[in-house]
Order: sequence, then structure tokens, then C-alpha cells
Amino acid sequence: MKIAQKSIKTYLFALLALLSLTLQAKEPANSHDAGEVDTKEEVKDYIVHHLKDSHDFHLFSYTSDGQRKHVGFPLPVIVWSSEGLVTFMSSEFHHDDNGHVIVEKGGLKFTKIHSKIYELEEGAAEVAFDADHHATNAHKVLDLSITKSVFGVLLVGLLMFLGFSSLAKQYKKKQVPTGFGRVLEPLVLYVRDEIARPNIGEKHYRRFTGYLLTVFFFIWILNLLGLTPLGFNVTGQLAVTACLAIFTLIIYTASGNKDYWGHVLWMPGVPVFVKPVLAIIELAGHFLIKPFSLLVRLFANISAGHIVVMSLIAIMFTLKSELTVVGATGLSLVLSFFITLIEVLVAFLQAYIFTMLSALFIGMAVEEHDHH
Amino acid sequence: MTVPNLVGAGLIVIGAGIGLGKIGGSAMEGIARQPEATGKIQTAMIIIAALLEGLAFGALFLGN
Repeated sequence: MKIAQKSIKTYLFALLALLSLTLQAKEPANSHDAGEVDTKEEVKDYIVHHLKDSHDFHLFSYTSDGQRKHVGFPLPVIVWSSEGLVTFMSSEFHHDDNGHVIVEKGGLKFTKIHSKIYELEEGAAEVAFDADHHATNAHKVLDLSITKSVFGVLLVGLLMFLGFSSLAKQYKKKQVPTGFGRVLEPLVLYVRDEIARPNIGEKHYRRFTGYLLTVFFFIWILNLLGLTPLGFNVTGQLAVTACLAIFTLIIYTASGNKDYWGHVLWMPGVPVFVKPVLAIIELAGHFLIKPFSLLVRLFANISAGHIVVMSLIAIMFTLKSELTVVGATGLSLVLSFFITLIEVLVAFLQAYIFTMLSALFIGMAVEEHDHH
Repeated sequence: MTVPNLVGAGLIVIGAGIGLGKIGGSAMEGIARQPEATGKIQTAMIIIAALLEGLAFGALFLGN
């Protein structure tokens, strides 16, 4: 009886956590003042700005006494400049993104233009732009900053390490995990028994389950973080999804057996003159199409989800004159609530599909063929 | 967004809609015929839907 009560409590907790996630997702809209963001152009700018990575956490802005105030918290900027490593906090830019604010560190001058850090040439006091709005007297530096996305990746890494190492420790004492481990255990078993085992095969699946579990939870938690008002868009960055796809590429390239490479390079059972043509197609499939389909799908789905949610939230500004304030707010509230619920489903589905296709590709590479 | 862009986006969505409808419809028929194979059919359905979706998103992003 006690166990039953406890598990119900756990489920309720999980449900509440999920609900609070979906409700919070609408907060940024409420915290924007309508006076500033009421044209379509500004809404568009805001969405584009959100989709890109940035050097600080920007929660919301408001105008008081004719001055624009920003609320958020800064992140460290780490750049490799012409004179070595330079670090400072991004708050020194004062939320400027157009090269107006110049930060001086160790005799070097830095500025930020469109989320990129530039180093000014020697002797230059401020940035000069040419007709295409390119800086003429400043150059980009190697940027190793802890940006919003890097922060998200590190945060999820830490969360996963803590959550799963405590789950692993529990199995040393008893067979049934307690607390939050009860939520994680069925998910771990699901990935192992429904994704890894049927796609890779009974003989080899154990070797790859670790990678598949890592990639599944990493993508899933980051997708869910993207629905919170913190403004993460980590899995909507091409660099992140490309990196994940390259991991999968390396794994299925390295674990491909003799049969697999035989089928890729010299397909058995077809006429000789077709073999080189097939080899080109198979090689393109192996090195380009498979990883490309992985990275584009995740990136496009998450970006599109963010754009849809933010556009629906923006209805309360864009349709204010047609529907009155109450009508537009009500419409955007209802629409964005349901689309956010769908996004919670999409967050899981995309993590599942990425893991599933990775398992499928690995399974193709390690499959053992019967020889006749 | 210009008019050709919008028309192109509409065409992509029509194509993707037809594709998803066919996948979903066939999966429903398959499940109705063989309810015991529901799990396998759903998995295959989701994989093909994902491939189609990747194609449609790729086209939408290239178009914009």
C-alpha cells in the first residue's frame, strides 16, 4: 500500500513538473510590454534574435523614464584575440549588439555586432561600417565564450550526470530504484528494449546502448528546456545537431563490419558495370545523406516549433487592433497553450527519432549476413 | 515573404500532407487487419513520417 502511494506521488510530481513547464513557456510574452513590441517587424526581429545563440540570458525588457531596461543575467565571454586569451563578463557590453559599446581589456578593444565578438584594429576608437554594414576596422576573433547554448549543454550534462549516477548507485543496494529514479528507469528500459535491441540485434546492442541512452536523454532534456521561459534554443542550433550527427557517423563508420563495407564498396549480386555507380551512391549515403538527414530534422523541427510558439504568442500584439486587447490575448493564450502541449510531444518524438535512426544506422553497419 | 515563396511553401505543405495522409492511412489499415502487429507498424510509420518530414523541412528552409 505504501509503495503504491509513493509511486502515485511520483507520477503526480512528474505530471505537475510537465504542466509547469508548459505554463511557464508563455511567460516571456506576458513580460514584454506591448508599447514597444507592437509592429510585425519588431516581432520578427525578436523571433530571429531568440533563434540565434547569444552571449547573455535575456529574460525581458521594459521601458521606464524613456529608457530601455533589460532583465537577465550575463555569461562569461572568452575570446582568443591577437594577444592571447581574454575573458570578461558579457554585462560589459550593456546589451548592445550594434558595435556602439567598446570594451577595453589589456590594451585591446572589443565590441559585439550581431552576436559576434569583434576585435578593433590598433588605433581605432570606434567601429566604422561600409555600405553593407560590415565592419571595416575590426575583425572577428576565435570565440570560446560560455554562450547561452554552451551553458545549456553544460547544465544538461551536469543534470544527467547527477541523475543517472545516483540511479546507478541505487542498483548496488537493491533491485528497485526509489525517488526520481522510478521515473528514469522505465525510460532507460524503453530505450534499451524498444530502440536498441530490435534495431541493432541481440548480439551487439549492449555495446551501443550507452551512446543511445546518452543521446536520447541529452536531446530530450534540451528540447524540454527550450520550452521554458529561459529562452534556450540549444537543439535548434545547427552546430549542436551537426555535432550529434557526427558522433553517430563516427560510431557507425567505426563499427561497420566486413559485410557492411563489402555492400557499400562492391555490392554483391549485381552486374560489374553497376558496381562502381552503386558504390558512389552508397558512399554518399553513408557519409553525407544519413548524417545530414539526422541534423536537419532535429534542427528544423525544434526551430520551427519555436517559431510557431512565438508567432502565436505574438498574436496578442499583431492582432491587437483587429480583435481588441482581450480578444487577441485570449486567442493567443488558447492557441499557444495547445501548440505548447504539442511541442512537449514533439520534444519527446524528436529525441526518439534521432535515437531510433542512429540505432537503425548502427544496426545496418553491424548486421551479420548469412552466406549462401 | 514574397508571393512565390508563399506559393512554394504551400506546395511543400500540400505534398507533405498527401504523404503523411498516405502513411497514416496505410498504417491504420494495417493495424485494423493485424492488431497484434500494432507496435511494429507504428515504429515503421514513425520512421517513414520522420524521413518525409525531414525532406519537407529541408525544402521549406531552402525556400526561405
